[in-house]
Amino acid sequence: MTAIAAGTEPVTANASRGSRARLLRDRWAMCGALITCLFIAMAVFAPQLSALSHNNPYTYHLGALSGSGLPHGSLGGVSSAHWLGVEPSTGRDLFAIVVYGARTSLLVGFGATALATVVGTALGILAGYRGGLLDALLSRFTDLVIAFPQLIFMIALGAVVPTSFPRQIFMIAVIGVFGWPSLARVVRGQTLALRNRAFVVAAEATGASPAHILRTAILPNLTSTITVLATMAVPGAIGTEAALSFLGIGVPPPTPSWGREISQAISWVSVDPWYLAPPALALFIVTLALNAFGDGLRDALDPRGSGR
Amino acid sequence: MKLARFLTLRFVGMIAVLLVVSFATFVVFYILPADPARMECGHLCTAGQLRQVRAFMGLDKSVWRQYLDFIVGIFDGRTFGSGKGAVVCAAPCLGYSFQQSRSVTTLIAQTFPVTLSIAVGAAILWLISGVVAGMVSALKRGRPIDRALMTTSIVGISAPSYLVGLLGILVFGFKLKLLPTGEYVPLLQSPLQWAYHLILPWCTLAFISAAIYARLTRSQMLEALGEDYIRSARARGLRERRVIGRHALHNVMIPVITVFGLDVGTLLGGAVITEKVFSMYGLGALLINAVQTTDLSVISGVTLIAAIFVVLANFVVDLTYRLLDPRV
Repeated sequence: MTAIAAGTEPVTANASRGSRARLLRDRWAMCGALITCLFIAMAVFAPQLSALSHNNPYTYHLGALSGSGLPHGSLGGVSSAHWLGVEPSTGRDLFAIVVYGARTSLLVGFGATALATVVGTALGILAGYRGGLLDALLSRFTDLVIAFPQLIFMIALGAVVPTSFPRQIFMIAVIGVFGWPSLARVVRGQTLALRNRAFVVAAEATGASPAHILRTAILPNLTSTITVLATMAVPGAIGTEAALSFLGIGVPPPTPSWGREISQAISWVSVDPWYLAPPALALFIVTLALNAFGDGLRDALDPRGSGR
Repeated sequence: MKLARFLTLRFVGMIAVLLVVSFATFVVFYILPADPARMECGHLCTAGQLRQVRAFMGLDKSVWRQYLDFIVGIFDGRTFGSGKGAVVCAAPCLGYSFQQSRSVTTLIAQTFPVTLSIAVGAAILWLISGVVAGMVSALKRGRPIDRALMTTSIVGISAPSYLVGLLGILVFGFKLKLLPTGEYVPLLQSPLQWAYHLILPWCTLAFISAAIYARLTRSQMLEALGEDYIRSARARGLRERRVIGRHALHNVMIPVITVFGLDVGTLLGGAVITEKVFSMYGLGALLINAVQTTDLSVISGVTLIAAIFVVLANFVVDLTYRLLDPRV
């Protein structure tokens, strides 16, 4: 909405320096960025981290369980051997599961966002810059994708796509394919506004090729908007991945996934509520951190401090 | 644009969108390798029997023909097979679930009240609480209450609904034993029990969604308060209550209604996650169940119904726009 107004100003070095300073001063946003980086590091170094506690997410530790399948000890079986306790009924190490689960969540979250951003930017620029019939067609197509009952359709697709197809790629594709329309709409609007600006018209008058104009005049003025929207889309994509896994159509076991752990925790919540905590907190904290960073980034790049 | 012309254009557009959505759903599910006839026929099925089952279910025809049968069935009903063993699916027929021996329309009609109950109560709750919180936040900008509300809202946005629902069950259901943890009671059977069982799902959904509305209302309100027409309304000596209530709120409601319409439309197509957490058998649960048993006719029927709600919601939003903002 108002990000449009900010983004149509021609880019100057001064403006970007000012927003960087604003972002660095925003404690919430910097906290969010730091925590996000920690989670990314956790995902990258998952094998090394779980090796620290001599565990992996796959081995059953039936010795850590009592006869009824519940973990021994308090707090869901937290001990020096199992830092975050163990899974009831299997005794798998929850620390290792959470650390490896970050790989699934972040891979799908960032992957789907990247796909949605590329598609949304390309279609948005194409519609906005070309205009005319192509614009009308693309805009109707965007409306159509928005009219799809997305979660329902994702669930339904998840049921019929063969299990031999790599699940992570399926999730990235399906979340990304439904994620681009809102970005495409904003990019189209901005491109439309930029097209009529003096510096673009002047470039056209000097005979610059469309590719050159896109590269030097349009894209640089869209980057801040695209960055903000993409950043704010990541937590949503991570949430969708977790929701699909929660509903049983995410990555197949035994690949660790936070959403699936949370869904399993439902049936144990009355007897072992601590089982819920590690995967749920991990998901919540990383989403919160990304939201805080995205908020700060938007405020920094849009100095009027409003927008959604 | 005249209202009649607007309505006609939108109606045609809606039908077109629904046809495309339903055809896309149809093609996707019938091209993919899951074979409803084989599932119906079982493992010990000879090639001849399989061919018979296929013909019975109408799967031996081309995709186009099957889609046409599906669309005609919605308006005119369908009959599978002929003679004594024929299965009749009365109009509006959204397909027939051979697994459950019921028409998809019946299955949807049975489960829809649950979803409707969850969605309507939650939507009213989140719209009111979200808009009020956003307005309070905007009017007290920078004060502790603004910061408290905005911190709560970012928590609400970041927490997944099933997590909030589970915590609600844990605290209010198991620890305090104040509220039931699930199960739907039909409204007509006992209105009080109906509402009592729905309190937790309503609050869960409302907490998550109100957060978005609070932030949206706040930013729109702040923007509106800086506009010239508000300044001149104040300069004319209008009372603050009237300035806020009439002029500013009017500006806030347009984007809020857009988001609200889409959210309610989406939710009516199945409160998938909420239904699962609170073990209520609504449209979402019907779909999840069909997904687990690969009951394709139920899957495509529910998808179409969900699309109809989204499209209708969009239409209502556009209509409200015209009433709120005569420029559109």
